[in-house]
Amino acid sequence: MSERTDLLLSFADDELILGWRNSEWTGIAPFLEEDVAFSSIAQNEIGHARALYELAARELGTTADELAFDRKPEEYRCAPLVELRRLEWARTIARHWLYETADEIRLAGLKAFDDPEIAGIAAKMDREEAYHRMHAEMWIDRLISTEDGRTRLSEAVDELWPYALGVLDGELRPELRARVEQRLARKLPEVAPVPRGVHEAELAELWEEMTMVRRSAPPGSQW
Amino acid sequence: MNTDSLTKPRPPTVGEVWQALSEIPDPEIPVISLVDLGVVKDVAVDNGTVRVDFAPTFMGCPALEVMQRAMESKIAALGAVPAINVRLDDSWSTDDITPEGREKLRAAGFAPPAPRPTRNLELVQLQRGFRCPYCGSTSTKLENLFGPTPCRSIRYCNACRQPFEQFKTI
Repeated sequence: MSERTDLLLSFADDELILGWRNSEWTGIAPFLEEDVAFSSIAQNEIGHARALYELAARELGTTADELAFDRKPEEYRCAPLVELRRLEWARTIARHWLYETADEIRLAGLKAFDDPEIAGIAAKMDREEAYHRMHAEMWIDRLISTEDGRTRLSEAVDELWPYALGVLDGELRPELRARVEQRLARKLPEVAPVPRGVHEAELAELWEEMTMVRRSAPPGSQW
Repeated sequence: MNTDSLTKPRPPTVGEVWQALSEIPDPEIPVISLVDLGVVKDVAVDNGTVRVDFAPTFMGCPALEVMQRAMESKIAALGAVPAINVRLDDSWSTDDITPEGREKLRAAGFAPPAPRPTRNLELVQLQRGFRCPYCGSTSTKLENLFGPTPCRSIRYCNACRQPFEQFKTI
């Protein structure tokens, strides 16, 4: 597999799995606005995954759906950060914010890529991601405005920090650290990143659910 | 006798194709056409084939496939073979919505998108008092960056006390 395909699949898997996790708030978010927000963000992320899978599928001679749903859980290349199932609001917001911050750094690099297809898709994604970042930042403002919020956010960030580092390649991690430390006005520990390629147990559970309809469909089914 | 003209219809002109595409309503906001929306980037007629360069709006929008099918059937109805090229690049922004399209949105109760700023879009720019499409007041506030579809935010008018939707700026 080419380096380009590997990049596309890693990115697509991040967006698909995070989109799935975001969609788990549909119907049960703390209030209606967030129900709408997380559902809409999920829809965007899954749309991004589809476009990235389509580019990868062209190289691999397959389809976006086959890449999204027909691989085994251990074949996915997503960062473990997106696999975690944390139906607790401070952790959800912390993961959302850490991911979007890392994603902005990744997209900035890809927009300047010398591959025009990847640069074009990254620029298009970034227009939508700007809304995810505004939403995440708004929540960080809200959480750090009270002591209870600060404590909860702080605990969540500490727990997720090694995972957040694992979203990015090594050379981009110092930039993520600088941004997160500046926003939280504190130092974060030196920890080993949780890298791509290892998977949390939650991924297999997610995969069971996500691929259930497709796996149970009779061969040749169309929808 | 020339039988060719009986069996083969004359291929449509580029102008006829644009006209036909301008009759296709947006599947989710049917007051505005695909041409008003600015998603048709180019039309070329090559013998009996009509090539359309189509720039999708929001990447996760389920209406994109509906738009593509609608363009294909319009072109087939003109007696030509459709070839829709879906661009995966960054060639569409809400600044591409035509002035007519923006007015049609407003008349249907959707605030049109704010123009894209030259630098990065920031929350404070979206928190400004955009004009309410119902009563015209600018005493409005942003309720939710996100709405019922990927392209919309939710706002509230303090004057007429109506919530309304605004097309997101991207």
